[in-house]
Amino acid sequence: MQGIRKLIASAAALLCVPALAIAQDAPIKIGVVSFLSGPAAGPFGVPARNAAEIMFEMINAGKVPAPYATKGLGGAKMQMSLVDESGGTTTQVTEFRNLVQRDNVDLVIGYISSGSCLGIAPVAEELKKLTVFFDCGTPRIFEERDYKYVFRTASTATMDSVGAALYVKDLKPNAKMIAGVNQNYAWGQDSWGDFELAMQQIIPGIKVATSQMPKLFAGQYNAEISTLLSSKADVIHSSFWDGDLEAFILQAGPRGLFKRSTVILTTGETAMYKLAAKIPDGVVIGARGPYGPYAPDNELNKWFSATFEDRYGVPPNYAAYQMAQAILGTKAAWEKAQAANGGKRPSQDQVIAAFENLTFVSPAGEVKMTNGKGHQAITGTAYGVTKKVGGKMTIDKIKRYPAEKVNPPDGVKAADWIKSGFKK
Amino acid sequence: MTSDRTPRILGAILVVLLAAGPFVPQWAIFLITIALAKGLVVLGLLILLRCGLVSFGQALYYCIGAYTAGMLGRLFEVDGVLTLMLAGMVVAAVTAYVLGFLLARYRGIFFGLLSLAVSMILYGLLVKSETLGSSDGFNVLPSTLFGIRPADEWVRYAVLVVASVVAFVAALLVHRYLKTPLGSLAPAIKDNEIRVEYMGASARYAIHVNYVIAAALAGLGGGLAATTVGHIDPEMAYWTTSGEFIFITILAGTGSVIAPFLGALIFGIIQTVAFDISPNTWQMVLGGALLAVIVFLPTGLWSLFRRRRAT
Amino acid sequence: MQELVAVVIDGIIYSAWLFIAAVGLTLIYGVMKIINVTHGSFYALGAYAAASITGALLAHGMPPMLSYAVLLGSALLVAIVVGPLIERGILRFMYVKDEVVILLITYALFLILEDVIKLIWGVDPYYISEPYGLLGSFDVADLTYPTYNLILVGVAIVCGAGLAWTLTKTRTGKLLVAVIHDTEVSRAMGINVDRFYVVTFTFGSLLAAIGGAFTAPTVSVVPGLGVEVIVLSFAVVVIGGLGSLPGAALGAVIVGLVRSATIHYLPQAELFVIYFVMAMVLAFRPRGLFSIAEARKI
Repeated sequence: MQGIRKLIASAAALLCVPALAIAQDAPIKIGVVSFLSGPAAGPFGVPARNAAEIMFEMINAGKVPAPYATKGLGGAKMQMSLVDESGGTTTQVTEFRNLVQRDNVDLVIGYISSGSCLGIAPVAEELKKLTVFFDCGTPRIFEERDYKYVFRTASTATMDSVGAALYVKDLKPNAKMIAGVNQNYAWGQDSWGDFELAMQQIIPGIKVATSQMPKLFAGQYNAEISTLLSSKADVIHSSFWDGDLEAFILQAGPRGLFKRSTVILTTGETAMYKLAAKIPDGVVIGARGPYGPYAPDNELNKWFSATFEDRYGVPPNYAAYQMAQAILGTKAAWEKAQAANGGKRPSQDQVIAAFENLTFVSPAGEVKMTNGKGHQAITGTAYGVTKKVGGKMTIDKIKRYPAEKVNPPDGVKAADWIKSGFKK
Repeated sequence: MTSDRTPRILGAILVVLLAAGPFVPQWAIFLITIALAKGLVVLGLLILLRCGLVSFGQALYYCIGAYTAGMLGRLFEVDGVLTLMLAGMVVAAVTAYVLGFLLARYRGIFFGLLSLAVSMILYGLLVKSETLGSSDGFNVLPSTLFGIRPADEWVRYAVLVVASVVAFVAALLVHRYLKTPLGSLAPAIKDNEIRVEYMGASARYAIHVNYVIAAALAGLGGGLAATTVGHIDPEMAYWTTSGEFIFITILAGTGSVIAPFLGALIFGIIQTVAFDISPNTWQMVLGGALLAVIVFLPTGLWSLFRRRRAT
Repeated sequence: MQELVAVVIDGIIYSAWLFIAAVGLTLIYGVMKIINVTHGSFYALGAYAAASITGALLAHGMPPMLSYAVLLGSALLVAIVVGPLIERGILRFMYVKDEVVILLITYALFLILEDVIKLIWGVDPYYISEPYGLLGSFDVADLTYPTYNLILVGVAIVCGAGLAWTLTKTRTGKLLVAVIHDTEVSRAMGINVDRFYVVTFTFGSLLAAIGGAFTAPTVSVVPGLGVEVIVLSFAVVVIGGLGSLPGAALGAVIVGLVRSATIHYLPQAELFVIYFVMAMVLAFRPRGLFSIAEARKI
């Protein structure tokens, strides 16, 4: 029966029969894609899925604080179709098409891997389906072409590297030598590339002692740690994440690397609570934006972190924040479109029109969809250093950087912007 | 083994695909097209498997085909789908011709592992190539057929038509090839290579030829996959991709040139169903299905059809 | 000079780790002619069991020094429970099949075990870093190394020497060599080949589990831990010669030293240096450095 319905629906879509007027309170089907298996599941995928579950449930029940207190999306209930992000790009494109054309979802929220995002974006455009990326970092998506149906509600990875470089200047203005240890794939290469460029702009003449690029998921870093120790760099930059990050901390700690150099972990926030005992004071921790310990002290954040911790026993990490941010951004756009539509359920085009250049609030504060012709969010960011207070991990010396200072202006490529000395 | 009815069955499948295409939902068309692309690679593995050789690195040629197609579009703005696929095929075949001088000397597990090593080196090189998007890969230009880009709702069908015709021709040619003296040497090589040499045939030459054909088919499949998916990345050369192809080869069985395509389609369906019904434990479903096929259908899914025909 | 010393020390530590992780693979292939993909699963199971059991016991006030014994015990537990289960329950029915089909069966089992691990332990990481820091550290060439690394080297030597001694000096070992050379004749001579198979598989799995258990203190135990080990151990074992114990040792040392030198002098090439070495060795020694002669059957 289900199959026949799907077949008829697909056939109808195929023959371009205009969809029948949808009832005002029919549920809104949302595809949610996140890593549920593999190494990215633990630090990102599952916390993000957990955040999605909480947000769906609470929004449907109307329990989210203002300005999101209305039930559902403009009164209509949200319904989740969950998909694992594993299996490579071909699998992900297949599953995206299944979500859109077989399961007829109204929109898709998801994607952690930059590879997935780059692969999915043109398909979303081809299928004309509103798709909101919540986490992936590569600036290439909106640099390489314009999209109508694709949005991203988190800042690009450029912000993380530029923010890290600014923080180095604030923390150690006399730094002479930097070194890096990053995973040898796009994320690690881009993170280091941007950081190195930005450092040269911010502290002219700074030297690079060594740039280590171990294979992704290598797990054993003794040799890399030896070269970093020998390099005697003032600052060591790492965009390691997950098991690699944790293994690096566990192996570098006893060898005194954190004492010899100031280490910046741009995604360190995902590990800071679990590994609190192993991270010494003075390590620079990033959260890819104003999330987790850097989130502002407002009602929405208090509610979100308390609800999340209550349900799952741990505070939400930045992936969870980003997922909540994507869902709330969608809700804001949907309801703005509905209001403009005289309170009637908006069409997809109306939602897109409302989403473009939208400014909304999330538990991480203000999000501005100003880049990528109104499709790419910019947010501020913050860095700080670890400091244990009574055995509890806290962040000290927090410095905040406003969105415009760490993100390129609209239409300027990240690398060009950094090379130009951050011209406005 | 293969009956003379194979060309007619192939033709019938082609006609059914072309005729039914417009009425099949778009997501299913995509699933079928991907299955055809993977089926082409598996068809090549079938030829090698008949010689008793299993390549754990066939993804090398799949990836070469895909990157050739992608680069032609990126550098020279070539977008003709047939040109892209043929270019992928040629580059893969030439690479295989060169590597074949080395690899045709190897048998058994060593053949498999050396091919694995070579494909992993390509993977490493691509991940290091930041201008090619490193591990994120890059988008492939929307392709055209004889200079025409069909309307959006017909693109999928057009790609399916191209894929079906190409797969049909490839399957037919391979079917013919297997009956030539050189092609029919394969089972003899598998059974006992020394006897083949006694008869005056060169096993190494036969393997070299088969290896190049297999690579050409993988390159063709890679080119097709690139234009279908619209995005390529180095993971296409990773060992898990090769593993998937071998998985499908065993799933399908070597009974007929139709089996690889059927196997690829069923693999695609199992995977997408597993994703759908248990997003958290789809690997278990996939592993269980493979185990079940090996245990209950020792000669692959194709044995289902053969058994039915016998009764 | 100082850097060279670091290269050698880093190389030896990595070699020891590689050897422990890979030696079980060569044992199982040598005896049973199975390329065992579940090797990765046993490595992961060993790591998970070690991390969770040691962690739980430490939380209940176990003296920390006992944790090394618990690491070993956890690996034993995994191997003795899961090893025979897989060999007797599934693999033994498959020995008539092609080498490649058996490989795929182990691949299918690997996929299933990946999800079983996820169902038991979830996706959150496990840590058991106490044993890593417990023994303090030593300084060489202006660099600090935790003493635990010496334990890894010790475990590698004990595993390798113990295995070599069993194979060459004991009655069991000699019978095993007979089984390796010709299963059918051995069976006819009254050797209980089935028992040898189940013991070999369990022992090979135990080595993988030990690898995982003793790696656990240095890493965070996460899903996908086993995947990376599979291809790496294949490479090591193939370089040395499949089925050869000295080969596995030499393969581990070569890969370990080459990788370490690459990281120190040419970090950009680390990504594919192992596969490069593997391709080079196979190109000139098609069956690896220590190949085992096989009877040619006409």
